[in-house]
Amino acid sequence: MRFHKLRVLWVFFRIGAMNEMAYRANFFIQLFESLLNLGTALAIVAVVFGRTETLAGWTPPELVALVGVYFLVLGAISLVIAPSLERFMDDVRTGNLDFTLTKPEDSQFLVSFSEFRIWKSLDVVLGAGVLAAALTRMSTEVGVTEALTFGVALIAGATIVYSFWVMLATLSFWFIRVENILMIFWSMYAAGRWPVGIYPPWLRWTLTLVVPVAFAVTVPARAIGGRLEPGTLFGALALGAGLFVFSRWFWRFGIRHYSGASA
Amino acid sequence: MSGLRYFAALYGTLTRTGIALQIQYRAANVIWMLGGIIEPVIYLVVWSTVAREQGGSADGWTPADFAAYYVTLMFVNHLTFAWVMHVFQFRIQQGELSFALLRPIHPIHSDIADNLGFKLVMLVVLIPAALVVAWTFEPRWNTGLAETLAFVPALILAFSVRFLTEWSLALAAFWTTRVTAVNNVYFTALIFLSGRVAPIDMLPGWLQTVSASLPFYWMVAFPVEVMLGRVPPGELAAGFATQLAWIAAALGMLSLVWTRAVRRFGAVGG
Repeated sequence: MRFHKLRVLWVFFRIGAMNEMAYRANFFIQLFESLLNLGTALAIVAVVFGRTETLAGWTPPELVALVGVYFLVLGAISLVIAPSLERFMDDVRTGNLDFTLTKPEDSQFLVSFSEFRIWKSLDVVLGAGVLAAALTRMSTEVGVTEALTFGVALIAGATIVYSFWVMLATLSFWFIRVENILMIFWSMYAAGRWPVGIYPPWLRWTLTLVVPVAFAVTVPARAIGGRLEPGTLFGALALGAGLFVFSRWFWRFGIRHYSGASA
Repeated sequence: MSGLRYFAALYGTLTRTGIALQIQYRAANVIWMLGGIIEPVIYLVVWSTVAREQGGSADGWTPADFAAYYVTLMFVNHLTFAWVMHVFQFRIQQGELSFALLRPIHPIHSDIADNLGFKLVMLVVLIPAALVVAWTFEPRWNTGLAETLAFVPALILAFSVRFLTEWSLALAAFWTTRVTAVNNVYFTALIFLSGRVAPIDMLPGWLQTVSASLPFYWMVAFPVEVMLGRVPPGELAAGFATQLAWIAAALGMLSLVWTRAVRRFGAVGG
């Protein structure tokens, strides 16, 4: 039973895929939308670099790499975490959470991965493509060290964002309109398309600790550019581990005090 | 009742209803406003950084100029935006449009009133936020009485251009369910060509030419530039005339499309 979670994950993925495959047009719509969003982001970068050589020390390839990381991370979140936890928030309200809790698998796992929007993987692929293209044009050497630090930073960032989402979602045990708080996340996430170093300190700290965009996007982008200080990387890892533990505790606290939808 | 008094009474009631409705959803609305505040702040910071890297000013724009531009943009964007393109398809599918069509007034009137109600109520949020942004970024204003007086008609005309154009485009929902794709193209063009990503001066030359021949500039950037004193008095009259021309074009498209849309809607509904 060691690979049980993986098999459940695969089932969820297949269900999501089957649902989406029924609407073939959605693939082309999503492709169009992803290309448009990506094109817009890159065009904005082009407009900015039409007026300057560097932006706060970031060269054009580095900023394009940042845009690539942004879409990659955004795509990964929108692929499974965001839709699953949004559905969970609805399930608490409608009472369907009780069905999830009867299943013989960890509830946080089920709730986090229940819904795959497979066409969002286009964002991940396109983001990775843009990142790869930017890497070929970077002035600094991108070697194994950079790739490894990038991978570690990405995992740390993903853990931080996931834990943050879980903590937000757990709030819906006590508050009904948590979806509105998600809107705050998405609004602030748009600020992550630019290196957080350019923002004034109060905004930078908000984007690091309150809505952890900095660790999700800027830190991995700096890692791949070979400009990440070890201190920041360890900070990201520590924060990721800490938040994961705390969010897990918070989730179990919420579940323990959940009295169920029936009377 | 004469035409004007009829509309005055109509709008009085509709706007009061609109305001009451928007106050009900004030928490959600405040969170909605956040996007409209964060976006200009992001670009303000980006362009100020560019200016500092260029030794204090980029093409004559200093960080203080950018701050003034984006604080003004925050207000103008808020006072001109509309959400009808996002909801029209939903309205058709959920049957709300059927109810609206039963009323003896054109559905656009309640939309205008709801829109104005939202904007009025949310100024309570926007003004303190703009003050905080202004206090943080220290804008520099070249605005005098003349600019402020010219700003009012520019703003009203800009709102009319934007609202009528977007309402007409929203009618695409009668012909396709894929309105999101259509809308995305429009909104992409909008953020570039209406001066939200960058002041029009900062755009490459060819894009500035494109912007001048489309209505987007007249929806948002023109009132902002009037307020900042960047439009010479000689060009004001020509500017207003262009705005009026775009309003006429939007009204023409609206009346043309609306009758066809309702006919099609009636044919499908049954």
